Amino acid sequence: MQIAWSDYPAATSFDELISAGGQPRAAARALVEYLSALGATELAVRQRAAETAIRGMGIAFTVYHEEGGSIDRAWPLDIIPRVIDRLEWQRIEAGLRQRALALNLFIDDVYHDQLIIRDRIFPGEFLADSANFRTQCIGISPPLGVWAHICGSDLIRGADGTMYVLEDNLRVPSGVSYMLENRQVVKRVFPEVFEASTILPVDDYPSQLLETLRAMAPDGVTHPEVVVLTPGIYNSAYFEHSYLAQQMGCELVEGRDLAVRDDDHVYMRTVDGWRRVDVIYRRVDDLFLDPEVFRADSTLGVRGLMRAWCAGNVALANAPGAGVADDKLVYTFVPAMIRYYLDEEAILPNVPSYLCTDAAQRSHVLAHLDELVVKPANESGGYGMLMGPKSSAAERARFAELIRAQPRNYMAQPVIDLSTTPTLVDGGIEPRHLDLRPFILSGREVQVTMGGLTRVALRKGSLVVNSSQGGGSKDTWIVDTAADHALARS
Amino acid sequence: MLSRVADNLYWFARYLERTENLARLVGASTELMLDLPRHLAPGWEPLLRIAGSQANFAARGGADYSGRAIVRFLIADAANNSSMAASISRAREIARTARDILPRDLWERINGLHIYVSEHADDAISHSGRHGFLTQVIANVQGLTGMLEGVVSEGQALSFLTLGRNIERADMTSRIVDVRTAALPGDQAAAQLQPFETVLWMSVLRSLSAYQMYRIHARERLHGAGVVRFLLADEHFPRACVCCLRRAEEVLLRLPHSETLRRRMMRMRKAIGHSSQEAYEQGTLHEFIDRLQLSLARTNDELARIYFLGEPLAEPAAGSRQSQSMISAVSRDSAPRTL
Repeated sequence: MQIAWSDYPAATSFDELISAGGQPRAAARALVEYLSALGATELAVRQRAAETAIRGMGIAFTVYHEEGGSIDRAWPLDIIPRVIDRLEWQRIEAGLRQRALALNLFIDDVYHDQLIIRDRIFPGEFLADSANFRTQCIGISPPLGVWAHICGSDLIRGADGTMYVLEDNLRVPSGVSYMLENRQVVKRVFPEVFEASTILPVDDYPSQLLETLRAMAPDGVTHPEVVVLTPGIYNSAYFEHSYLAQQMGCELVEGRDLAVRDDDHVYMRTVDGWRRVDVIYRRVDDLFLDPEVFRADSTLGVRGLMRAWCAGNVALANAPGAGVADDKLVYTFVPAMIRYYLDEEAILPNVPSYLCTDAAQRSHVLAHLDELVVKPANESGGYGMLMGPKSSAAERARFAELIRAQPRNYMAQPVIDLSTTPTLVDGGIEPRHLDLRPFILSGREVQVTMGGLTRVALRKGSLVVNSSQGGGSKDTWIVDTAADHALARS
Repeated sequence: MLSRVADNLYWFARYLERTENLARLVGASTELMLDLPRHLAPGWEPLLRIAGSQANFAARGGADYSGRAIVRFLIADAANNSSMAASISRAREIARTARDILPRDLWERINGLHIYVSEHADDAISHSGRHGFLTQVIANVQGLTGMLEGVVSEGQALSFLTLGRNIERADMTSRIVDVRTAALPGDQAAAQLQPFETVLWMSVLRSLSAYQMYRIHARERLHGAGVVRFLLADEHFPRACVCCLRRAEEVLLRLPHSETLRRRMMRMRKAIGHSSQEAYEQGTLHEFIDRLQLSLARTNDELARIYFLGEPLAEPAAGSRQSQSMISAVSRDSAPRTL
């Protein structure tokens, strides 16, 4: 059965693969033609093959249930890739690089001289109220001045085709392992397309990550011992922690494997005795890192870890306190930071945002609650939000009260009509909304993943892409159309 | 290798072995009940003693000492720490954390076994389904053990797996011999039991899959002293205590700081070789096995001290750790004496 793209519903949203006239976009042409020739039946067969491969490879994410313990769910992958032209990607990449540089300069600044506050670019009171500003980090200078070594920024595309940055995750961003595994699976499913066109590889990430981590090693350590610190098997991203440790050839440790001894160095307990640890890629939140300094009831961390870090005896990625820039209010200042620190204009725009601390903006927000998305400043994962157009009058009244009581804790944005892409559903191919999470590594240099993790809302019309809430994922192809044209001509 | 990982692998092997041993024990006991006249049958309560679970059974409100109740407790009761269901689910949790060390297919197989046991444990309670269920479990565990033997390199990982398996085996064999021999001499029914003594000793051997190897080894009429000697002191039968200890000793050679442990094991082997048969003949086997059990518990603690727990820290690195040991829960009245 052939696929008739003319029947593919043209939505009001921007579609990543199919243009308004039902024609494939340039970078997607080879893929779309290939899919058409393959037909819907064969496509469904390949989707099932992919699902079998995923189960066999053990790609999973964990959902924790109070009664049944933890459950491993097979990772949901839709085999039709999302395609971006390399030329467009180069611009996005430059924008992300610029952003990561500015964010790191900002974090380093707020823990030192606070020049950005002195120069009245960023209001000092926002810092004092920030849930993720750690006074314990003031005056600390991590190697290379880098705080956020791994950043996952969420990108969305609006109806007019503009790519916006929705948020920057600077604490413990996850998803990169799925980006890598998705590629492994899709290569098996569509080998013909990989042979015929120039799809840029993504597999460099683990070695780049290891290189970034090694570059942070304390002075004088030439062969650093790098470890991945996980909260344990009940964490929803445990698969990723163990995957990355394995790919980098590092030990995967839990807090109880580590100890800070009298010399203020960190050691791990091995069968052969104590072994010194130099760099920790920690996937444990700040507040659980060290019961001596943060939450005293934490059993996930290591007593004395902050002492060792402050003494420069161990490097932590991301550095404690990096989350200060992972605040929705701070986010609204990123374009200003780029101007201030780099003397450049932001290449990637923010989603337009209203600050509730500003009287004029606040009254606009309160008057338009039914049109806006209201977000708490310090939450992640879509918790505690108000989706204006879908809310009830009671919910809006409750949020109006919350905003008036604590304006610092909220910001609002217009609802962005996320772009769509063809996705396999029961009985054919339909558009579904999606976003993109590229990962940016900052060490001696700044490196961006080739594409990123595309997350897709599998329910019709839904804008929720989180895997814990029924979202799926896609392989993301950066296609070098220029190279393909050159190849075709020769 | 991280201490925590070593600890996990050691217990992974113990839980797997415990699962298989429980399956054999329940299977052999079921047959024994069929072979003995009702008034002579030892009942099911000794199984609780073998598993070290009498107190736990009573605490769970168990007044019903029927076969069904006890088999349910030993196989299916997830709240019983030493049950088959609990052992498999812990082994499965460990396999999840050690996916990068254990063979890839192993996770799927242990997961499959876990699903099988949780779905079919009721079959084991009914008489008709029991044999099929136990056979399936034993075959599955043997498949897993074979996978470990077949594809894991001889390094630290395999050392800890081998240690766990052999210490669990030595423990179980000594328990079975202890409980079963205790029921024999001095019993008021001893005279009546005489004609069935062979059946009893056969059952002891069968619960350790030792019948065939014993036959090949002994070539004489079954008798108590011979069986006890074979199960405790044989150098070559894989479930005999001495053989288990020798295998554990061999892998310890590949691990650092193992001298004291190896010396302890050698001492245990010699003591068993010299004294177990004599102890049986003089009626002091129970005391002898008590000391053997205590030595095994010490060995377990020593392993934990050297390889798992780490040297004592001024401030403990993390929350307290639960004792996973079945052995260390055994309390003794008399002053502890090891072998």
